[in-house]
Amino acid sequence: MTIEELEQIAKSVCQENEKYDFEVNVCMDLACSSQGAQQLKDALVKAAETSGKNVHIRRTGCMGPCSSGPLVRVDPEEALYHHVNADHAEAIVNSLGGAPVPDLQCDLNEHFDKQVRVVLENAGYIDPEKIDEYIARDGYKALLTALTEMTPNGVVHRITESGLRGRGGGGYPTGLKWGTVAKASGDVKYVVCNGDEGDPGAFMDRSVMEGDPHRVIEGMALAAYAVGASKGFIYVRAEYPTAVGRLTAGLRDARRRGLLGNNICNTPFNFDIEIRLGAGAFVCGEETALLASIEGKRGTPRPRPPYPAVSGLFGKPTLINNVETYANIAPIVRNGGKWFANMGSERSKGTKVFALTGKIANTGLVEVPMGIKLREIIEVIGGGVPGGHTFKAVQTGGPSGGCIPAEMLDVGVSYDALVRLGSIMGSGGMIVMDDTSCMVNVARFFIEFCMTESCGKCIPCRAGTAQMFTLLTRFCNGSGTMDDLELLESLCSTVKEASLCGLGQTAPNPVLSTLKYFRNEYIEHIVHKRCPAGVCNIQAPVTDQKEVLA
Amino acid sequence: MSETVSNVKTLVIDEQEVSALAGQTILDVARENDIYIPTLCHLEGLSNVGACRLCLVEIKGGNKLLPACVTTVFEGMEVSTHTERLQKHRRMILELLFAERNHICSVCVANGHCELQALAQDQGVTHISLPYRNPELTVDASLAQFTVDHNRCILCTRCVRVCAEIEGAHVWDVMGRGINSIVITDLHDNWGSSSCTRCGKCVQVCPTGALFDKSKVGSDHPKYPDFLPYLNLMREAQ
Amino acid sequence: MSKLKLATVWLDGCSGCHMSFLDMDERLIELAELADVVYSPLVDTKEFPDEVDIALVEGAVASEDDEKKIRKIRAHSKLLIAMGDCAITGNVPSMRNPIGPEAILNRAYIENADAQPQIPCVVVPKLLRIVRPIHEFVKVDVFLPGCPPSADTFHTALTALVTGAPLDIPALTRFGA
Repeated sequence: MTIEELEQIAKSVCQENEKYDFEVNVCMDLACSSQGAQQLKDALVKAAETSGKNVHIRRTGCMGPCSSGPLVRVDPEEALYHHVNADHAEAIVNSLGGAPVPDLQCDLNEHFDKQVRVVLENAGYIDPEKIDEYIARDGYKALLTALTEMTPNGVVHRITESGLRGRGGGGYPTGLKWGTVAKASGDVKYVVCNGDEGDPGAFMDRSVMEGDPHRVIEGMALAAYAVGASKGFIYVRAEYPTAVGRLTAGLRDARRRGLLGNNICNTPFNFDIEIRLGAGAFVCGEETALLASIEGKRGTPRPRPPYPAVSGLFGKPTLINNVETYANIAPIVRNGGKWFANMGSERSKGTKVFALTGKIANTGLVEVPMGIKLREIIEVIGGGVPGGHTFKAVQTGGPSGGCIPAEMLDVGVSYDALVRLGSIMGSGGMIVMDDTSCMVNVARFFIEFCMTESCGKCIPCRAGTAQMFTLLTRFCNGSGTMDDLELLESLCSTVKEASLCGLGQTAPNPVLSTLKYFRNEYIEHIVHKRCPAGVCNIQAPVTDQKEVLA
Repeated sequence: MSETVSNVKTLVIDEQEVSALAGQTILDVARENDIYIPTLCHLEGLSNVGACRLCLVEIKGGNKLLPACVTTVFEGMEVSTHTERLQKHRRMILELLFAERNHICSVCVANGHCELQALAQDQGVTHISLPYRNPELTVDASLAQFTVDHNRCILCTRCVRVCAEIEGAHVWDVMGRGINSIVITDLHDNWGSSSCTRCGKCVQVCPTGALFDKSKVGSDHPKYPDFLPYLNLMREAQ
Repeated sequence: MSKLKLATVWLDGCSGCHMSFLDMDERLIELAELADVVYSPLVDTKEFPDEVDIALVEGAVASEDDEKKIRKIRAHSKLLIAMGDCAITGNVPSMRNPIGPEAILNRAYIENADAQPQIPCVVVPKLLRIVRPIHEFVKVDVFLPGCPPSADTFHTALTALVTGAPLDIPALTRFGA
C-alpha cells in the first residue's frame, strides 16, 4: 500500500457515493441497535427498493444523542431524525428530495453547535466495517505519511508539541510517555491499547471502537512506529462484543490492505495487533493489572516503578494508552501538533469525549473542547435537567471521581481544574444528578462498586472500601453516628494515601467530595435520621445496631 | 574504579546518613543499618509484592508514600520512616486486618508467635475502632500434616510465593476478588487432595496462625522462616 | 483525701480477668488503701452505685441485659476501663458471630441435650445477634488487652491511673497475652 493507492481508494469511494442521489445514515451503535436500528435499516432498504429512488442506506457508528435513538441522518440535507422506527421507513424514503419528515426531525442545533469533533469526526459518517470509507476520510494517510516522510522522533515530537494528555484518566503527557518508551533500551517493545472501559455510565471508548475502529488501529500503528514496536495488543472487555467484532473486522481489513503486517508501505516497518479480551474485572483497566492480564496472569496491579515504559508487558518496554488517546493520534500527525494545541485550555489541549448520562435531557456522547464550562455541557449541550427538577451535582471520572455541586459549574473542564474540585477527568463519564438523588446514597453506590471491584491485593483498598461501605450503609439506614463519620474520614485518608494502585487511591473521592459539598446531607442522616432527598429508607428507632455513643 | 564509586549511593534515613548499593531497596538499607520499618507481606528470600502497605515511607520532595520493600534508593534521597502520618496509616491498616476476619488471639495456635499480633503491640493498637466484619470462613484440615484456617489469613500471599518461587509447586494461589479473596490450593481443591508436596514451607512463612502444623499443640508454635535466604544462597552457590 | 470508688463488672466473659485481678494478691491490700470496691461480682452489692470513679469491665456485650448494663455503667462512671480481650475485641464470645446465636443455642440446648431439649426463653436475657466489644456501645477511656491481662498489668495500670503516672499499655500487654 502506498499513498497513491490510498488516494485511489479514496477516489473510488467518492465515485461510488456520487452514484447515489441520497444518503440515509442509520446509527447502529449499541444504544440505537438495542432500540431496533437493525429492523429500521432493513425497512429503509426495502422502502428504497420499492420507491425506485437511488438511495444509499448506510450503517454508521454513534451519532451522539443516544437517548433520542434510533437516529437517522439524511444527507446531503443533514436532516437528523430521532426516535425512528421501522414504520417510519417509508415516510423517510418518500420525503427524499422534498421537505424533511416534520414529526421525526429533532432540534439539536444547540447540542451540536458547542461541540468540536476530532475523535468522533467519522463516527456517524462512515460504515465502521468498511475500511475504504475510513480511507476516503483521510484514514491511514497519517500513517503512510509518517512512514515515508517522518522519523520516529519526528512523530514523538509532533505528539509532544500537541500537548495531548492521556485520555484514560491520569492525564499523563502522551508525548513524554512515547519519548520514554522510544528511549527505553530493548529490541522488543509493545504498544498496548487500553479498551477496558469499566466506569459505570461510561461508553466513550466503546463508541469509538464501534464507530471508527480504524482510527484506533492507525493511532496504534503510528505509536508503534514512533517508539519502535512491532507488536500491539488491544485489551477490550468481553462485554463489548460489537466493539470486538468491529475491531476484528478492522484488523482483518487493514492486513488485507497491507496497512498492518510486514514492510508496511514498502518500508522496513512491521506491525500487527492482537485482541485480548478482558474477563470483566474493573481493576484490569489499571495499566499494570491489564498487562498482567494480557500475560495470562491474575489481573492485579503491581507497584510502580518500574513503569511499563521501562518494564511492561513480558518485562519489555511497553507503551500503554487508552482508546481515546490513540484516536487522537492520526489527526494530530495529519494536521500538526500546533493545530491540536490551539484547541483547549492552557494545560489541557484538544477535545474530550464525555458520556453524558443521568438526569439530563440529552443523554449520549459529546465531544467538547477542553476548557469548556461544565455549565455549558450540562445546560446547553445536555439540555439541562428534565422534568422540572433542579440540578444537584455532576459526577465526573466514574467511581473514582467526585461529585461537583451547582456552585462550581462555571469551572472550565481540564485535568487540573477537576482535581482541584476533588474530582478527576477520568475516562470521561459524566453522571448528572438532580434533587431526587441522595448524595450519601450516591457515595455508598460508588464505594460499593469499588469494594466489589477491588482486586484484594493491598489491605487499604480491600478491607478499607468494605469498611467504608459498612459505615455508609449505617448512615443510609439511620444507625450511623458522628463517631462513624469521623472514622469514615479517617478511612478515606488511609485508603487514598496508602493503597497500591489508582483504584484504591481514588476510591474515596466520591465520599470526600460529597462530604466537602454536601456534608449537611450526612448530618441530616446521622443526627436527624432523615434523608432530605427521600431516597434512604430510615426506620427509627433502630435496635440491635450501634447507637449514639455516650 | 570510577564505576564502583558510582554504584554506591548515599542517602539519609530518619536523619541517619547511610550508604547503599544502586538497586538496593530502602527496606534492605534500613535493615542493614538497624532502622526498623514494619513489614508484613515482605519476607527475605521471597519476591516483594508491596501489598501490605505497612512499610510505606515518606520521601522528601514527593507527596506520595512509597513502599520501602520495592522502592530502590537514589543518591541524596531523604527518607522518613516514622512520621505521624505514616504511623496513623499503619495503625489503620492493622485495624483493618483485625476487623477483616476472625482473629481471636487467645485461642489461636500462633498466640505469642504471630507477626500480626506483635505488630499491633508494636504500633500501639490496643483496640479496633472499626466494626468487625465477622465473615463466615472455612477451615481445611483435609491434609494429614497441616491445616489452613481462613479466619486467620491476612492474604499476605507469602504461601503463594514460597510455593511458586522456592518449592516450585505453585499449589497455592488467590481466588476471588476484593474482600472475598481467599488463598486456595490448586483449583480450589481440598488441600488434602491437592498436588501439594507436603514440604511445609508455606506453614513456616505464614505470619499468623492461618497455616499451622497439626503436630504442634496450642500456642507452642514458633515458625522459622529464616531458612529462605539460606536456601536461596545455597541454590545460587550451586 | 477520700478513697476512690472502684467497681468491677462481669459481662459476657469467663471471669478470668477477675481471677487475674485477684492474682494481684498482697498488692490488693495496697490498692484497698487507695480505693473502695463499691460494686463487683466479688462483693455483695446488687445495684450499680450512682457515682463510681473507676469501672473495670470484663466481657463482651452479648445480650440485651449486657447492653443495658454497659450504658448504665458508663452513665455512672468517671473512668471506664475495658478489661481484657472480651471487652475489647469480643474475643471468644464473639466466635459465634459468623454463624449467629440460633446455631449456638440449637447446638447447646437441642442437638446436645440428653433430656427435654428446649431453648431457654424465660428469665434469661435475649442474646444480641452480634457480640460486640463494649466500645461499640459506649465511650471507653482505657483499654487493657490480654486474655487475661496479667496481675502485673493490672497493678501497674491501676497504680498509674490512680496516681496519675504515665501509662504505656502496649509495653505491658497485648491481645491474647
